[in-house]
Amino acid sequence: MNNYETVFIATPVLSDQQLEELIGKFRGVITENGGQIVNEEAWGLKKLAYPIQKKTTGYYFLLEFTGEGSIVETLETQYRRDERVIRFLTFRQDKYAVEYSEKRRNKLANKSAEKKEE
Amino acid sequence: MATPNAQQSEIRYLNPVTVDVRKKKYCRFKKAGIKYVDYKDPEFLKKFLNEQGKILPRRLTGTSQKFQKKVAQAVKRARHLAILPFVTDLMK
Repeated sequence: MNNYETVFIATPVLSDQQLEELIGKFRGVITENGGQIVNEEAWGLKKLAYPIQKKTTGYYFLLEFTGEGSIVETLETQYRRDERVIRFLTFRQDKYAVEYSEKRRNKLANKSAEKKEE
Repeated sequence: MATPNAQQSEIRYLNPVTVDVRKKKYCRFKKAGIKYVDYKDPEFLKKFLNEQGKILPRRLTGTSQKFQKKVAQAVKRARHLAILPFVTDLMK
């Protein structure tokens, strides 16, 4: 059971409903193949450093999950098939990366907690 | 009778030893205890890029080889995901 981290960029022309359906689809791909999602972040619309497919902005999504290696193949074929996804990156986290992402998650968690208190 | 300074000057260097070590370079990762270079925050990675967005060599940043490889991989991932540009002018 390895830890994986995947980031993909969706075209900015999608509506919120389509975006939700898109991320739900990839969530499903992971859970169906025996993976388990650890963390999920939507960075929203961000400006790209260089235009991809003539678009200068994109929706960024981050998914961290644990599972077998075979999940990554199916996930990436889904990415390639779906034309709404313009760029994706998946990699396996080594132990330092796992520690780092946990620390980062706690930081984000208590930061958002503080925001709620204010 | 060889005077003490004569002994010192016995060793003749072809050219004078240049002593210009201004600042001892150190690997900031070892000192700060950072173990993983995250490709997701561009601000930290920008410290290792020059104005054109190219990766700075180790002799300038002083990082050890192990962490230079991690930085290079993180920068390349960030470039792939358009978090960092491949080439730019006046990045800072």
